[in-house]
Amino acid sequence: MTHPSLTQIVGYATGDPGLDEPAVWAIEVHLEGCADCRARLAGSTTVQSRAVVARVALELDREIAAAPAPVGRRWSWSWSVLHHRWFVGTLLPWLVMTVTVLGCAALLGALWVGMPSLVLLVAPLAPLPGVAVAWQRRADPAWELIATTPAAGLTMLLRRTAAVLAVVVPALALVGAGTGLSLALMLLPCLAFTAATLLLGTLVGVRRAAIGVIASWTLVVIAPSIAATRMPVLLSAEAERSWAVATVVLTAVAFLRVTGSRRLSHPD
Amino acid sequence: MRAVSTAETATTTHPWPIHAEGLQVRAGRHLAVDGLDLALSTGVHGLLGPNGAGKTTLIRALATVLAPAGGRLTLLGQVVDGRCELRPVRRALGYLPQHFGYYPRFTVREFVGYMAWLKEMPKADIPGAVQRAVDRVGLADRADARLKTLSGGMLRRAGIAQAIVNDPRLLLLDEPTVGLDPEQRLDFREMLRDLGTDSCVLVSTHLVEDVVAACTDVVLVNAGRLVWRGTPEVLAAQGDGGHAGDSPAERGYAALLRQHRAEANR
Repeated sequence: MTHPSLTQIVGYATGDPGLDEPAVWAIEVHLEGCADCRARLAGSTTVQSRAVVARVALELDREIAAAPAPVGRRWSWSWSVLHHRWFVGTLLPWLVMTVTVLGCAALLGALWVGMPSLVLLVAPLAPLPGVAVAWQRRADPAWELIATTPAAGLTMLLRRTAAVLAVVVPALALVGAGTGLSLALMLLPCLAFTAATLLLGTLVGVRRAAIGVIASWTLVVIAPSIAATRMPVLLSAEAERSWAVATVVLTAVAFLRVTGSRRLSHPD
Repeated sequence: MRAVSTAETATTTHPWPIHAEGLQVRAGRHLAVDGLDLALSTGVHGLLGPNGAGKTTLIRALATVLAPAGGRLTLLGQVVDGRCELRPVRRALGYLPQHFGYYPRFTVREFVGYMAWLKEMPKADIPGAVQRAVDRVGLADRADARLKTLSGGMLRRAGIAQAIVNDPRLLLLDEPTVGLDPEQRLDFREMLRDLGTDSCVLVSTHLVEDVVAACTDVVLVNAGRLVWRGTPEVLAAQGDGGHAGDSPAERGYAALLRQHRAEANR
């Protein structure tokens, strides 16, 4: 629409009966989108309308002064949001358990000279208990409520898996730094196993996948290494490169496969 | 000139927010909803029925917790089956389960805010919407109390607050008045009438007087099937002095159920 003439704006401002209803609507719609014409309107307002505006402004100022100050984005507020949205109570016991087990393994490794490093042996399994309970009906008291929200299912699983990794990875790095072990050998298998569990979860469900992975690793790698008191070839320094390749491939495949998997979004 | 996509030409309005045709839903192995036909429009609908009639199973299926085992279910114009994308429907959904678990260490405000976040509301709108929802159920003075310190009725109201926080177009309430005192029930009925003006509200309850006072429409189910549907006034006119009950609506309810059972046994 072209800009209304000054006469039309004056007519609009003073409520001129000569202006018919469609014309008033057209001016009103135009004013909503045109700052220049609003400025011209402000210049042609009547004494009465200016008085009304002044009274409203006064009332508003008084109410704003009386109302409590708005809650700002304080640090404590962001912490509470982070804590409540990402690390809900259901994950906490599992994370505490994981960190405790890692601590015990480090302590045993320090006391028990001559044994293969327990930390290195259990490191790949560290995030799995947390991932297994991330989106389970029985593990989450508010499951019934959350299941009806758009974030239910895969979003929830990936979000909570990320939260688990955000705790487990720094914990592993800390323990690893204390024992002087190769950081890549601690973290790469841990990430590879998380991706593998999600991938396997698309077939059999995340909980079963996690239990399966933990059981096989314990039987095939941990038990024989402890019996033979030497480090398995799988976790020797030469295997580092293979772990890196495995991690990248598994993560990529997992990202491609998990979207749209019904098995992951509807746990039993 | 440009090509018009199907998404642009798709109808944005649909006659029934809830439309079930021959709906079957399993509760465990048992078919708790069996061949239910129901079309509900905007307004407050009361869902009545004896224990084990399939009310809770029906509400859970409408809330997209359970997938239908058979028949056809359309919510807000979207067909709900095992495979479809439920996100758009779930964004417009409010649900209060019969028994709901919660995180005891959350405050009321954190709990309602968490649910609003999961319902994917715009981030900037959440604090305002939470405050409005908490005000609306009369919990403003306990908004910063932890959930584990609340009484049963207050928890129920916190549950209602999380259900209405996203201004749902489809609101499903399973036994919402359990644990509310008489005054709160009056306020709740007032809120229901208010919500029913532009959303579809389905309230499951055992309290016939709640239905009569707050609902525009009564849906009576028994053994997983629709028995009767009509207005509360017509329900009240169904019974006479010979039927059990203390109010006309209760006598009407008893009369309809007895009549249905007699027909089923014949």
